[in-house]
Amino acid sequence: MTETIVSTETLVEKPATLASLRAGIVSGTTKATDLAESYYARIAAHNPLLNVYLSLTREQALEQAGAIDAAAARGDALPPLAGIPIAIKDVLVMQGTTATAGSAILKGYEPPYDATSVAKLKAAGAVLLGKLNCDEFAMGSSNENSAYGPVRNPVDPERVPGGSSGGSAAAVAANLAVATLGTDTGGSIRQPASFCGVVGVLPTYGRVSRYGLIAFASSLDRVGPFAANVRDAAEVLGVIAGADRNDATSSQLPVPDYAAESDKDVKGLRIGIPAEYFAEGLDPEVRAAVESGIEVLRNAGCEIKPISLKHTGYAIPVYYLVATAEASANLARFDGVRYGHRSAKATNLSSMYRLSREEGFGAEVKRRILLGTYALSAGYYDAYYKKAQQVRRVLAEEFMTAFGEVDAIVTPTAPTAAFKLGEKTDDPLAMYLADIYTVTASLAGICGVTVPCGTTSGGLPVGMQVLGPHFGESTAFRVARAVEAGQSS
Amino acid sequence: MSANVVSIEEVERVAELANLDLDAEEKPRMQRDLNAILGYVAQLNELDTSGIEPMAQVSDLLDLGSAADLGHGAALRVDGLRPSLDRARVMEEAPETDGAFFKTPKVIER
Repeated sequence: MTETIVSTETLVEKPATLASLRAGIVSGTTKATDLAESYYARIAAHNPLLNVYLSLTREQALEQAGAIDAAAARGDALPPLAGIPIAIKDVLVMQGTTATAGSAILKGYEPPYDATSVAKLKAAGAVLLGKLNCDEFAMGSSNENSAYGPVRNPVDPERVPGGSSGGSAAAVAANLAVATLGTDTGGSIRQPASFCGVVGVLPTYGRVSRYGLIAFASSLDRVGPFAANVRDAAEVLGVIAGADRNDATSSQLPVPDYAAESDKDVKGLRIGIPAEYFAEGLDPEVRAAVESGIEVLRNAGCEIKPISLKHTGYAIPVYYLVATAEASANLARFDGVRYGHRSAKATNLSSMYRLSREEGFGAEVKRRILLGTYALSAGYYDAYYKKAQQVRRVLAEEFMTAFGEVDAIVTPTAPTAAFKLGEKTDDPLAMYLADIYTVTASLAGICGVTVPCGTTSGGLPVGMQVLGPHFGESTAFRVARAVEAGQSS
Repeated sequence: MSANVVSIEEVERVAELANLDLDAEEKPRMQRDLNAILGYVAQLNELDTSGIEPMAQVSDLLDLGSAADLGHGAALRVDGLRPSLDRARVMEEAPETDGAFFKTPKVIER
């Protein structure tokens, strides 16, 4: 066994800001092709340990970068993300490479179209570096459920990066991309962003098209950005947000200039602090970091108001019934017929379905399909699925009532900092509780931003979750900016 | 949603419904995990939800059942023809195809 001495100082690196990169590319002092090459060099150096990228799209990235450089040389007006190196979670489809969703059942699958969010990034001039590792079908809170091996946390490679968008969070933390896209069904953007010390955005349900997102739970799935700072995350959201005729649930509401909105002062904003999110189970060091972030907001002129969201404790049970029920239906499409793995052992149609799925799916995916199928099956539907949907409404309305009194709600993003690899893999319920502060916003459809607000004594990042009402991203960004400013001062 | 315990037979029945072929080692593990999770979710019984409309979609909440498009994505799209993906490109991903159709083992056994 070879001993690898890892200095996390070389792993953790803050990417340059979008504004500074853009200025360099527009003026010609930075070539987009050189920038892309420098990212590929850094990926080559660190990906063997971190396992962040599942595939690289070097050819198309350099082609796009070359086109941007040529446009800059001609003095053309450049699109908003011209030349910016960005990477995509592998549950979103992108032409010219594989989309595995972290699953063996989709090994080698090359999608014939681009997800809308991916197409919008390309149209905005982004240089897409490749596809990022994640938990299988976005089911997990540690990235340990990927069929392609776990991602390691750049802050401490013995720890998980969180999940399911672990690759998307770790890529930004290690500067293996300037920004990334992830997806969030119950916390899969916010929790890994918190564990890796980066900014992650849960847009309002319907704000970003889900077209081209390999579906897990359709009433909960969202696509959102990760970045090293709030303003950059706001800028990327502005590019990918908007109505899409390929997603009937996408909203027609106009997309604000989130980056400009995030610059606005927070003085006078009413910030709700729900007691239920600071109760038993919260790590004391996480609590201290979040409370320091709340002090930053108080000092910036926010009105801090204690509130109560008394049904919060029911969110995990509701989430794991609703999400698994929807997953059991969505994952029925993986049957060995149109794409993905087909078992070589099949002798007839029925065994082709069963063996292809048995061989292709990992344990957590099977567990969730079984739970969802059980909750939807005759005799149990009313007791489980319908009951969960009723409580979902109670939880959602509780948030809507709270947003009548406050402009934003602030909580810890996760009850602990990043845990060790292997620590929770044998206990699915313990793993599910890692999502305890994130699932309620998922069920209600509201938006949120997680922003670093400090570290534990061991140097692990802690995230603060800033929740806003439906389509209230601008406010959430403003509050997150203020917390971020308090960190750097 | 009482303390009803999932038996191995029930795990097998649900696996069959889901078209999953669990092996001998997986069945008791899945039984253990399902029972743990269902035991945990039983706390929903503490709430009286009679008269509460189930919430299936976020737009249910925002459009409050209105048929009009309030901009939250609850409206139905126009039922018209639109171009679809290129068949040849789609078929490249199929495990087995004759170029025009997906091929499967025989569906009707005689």
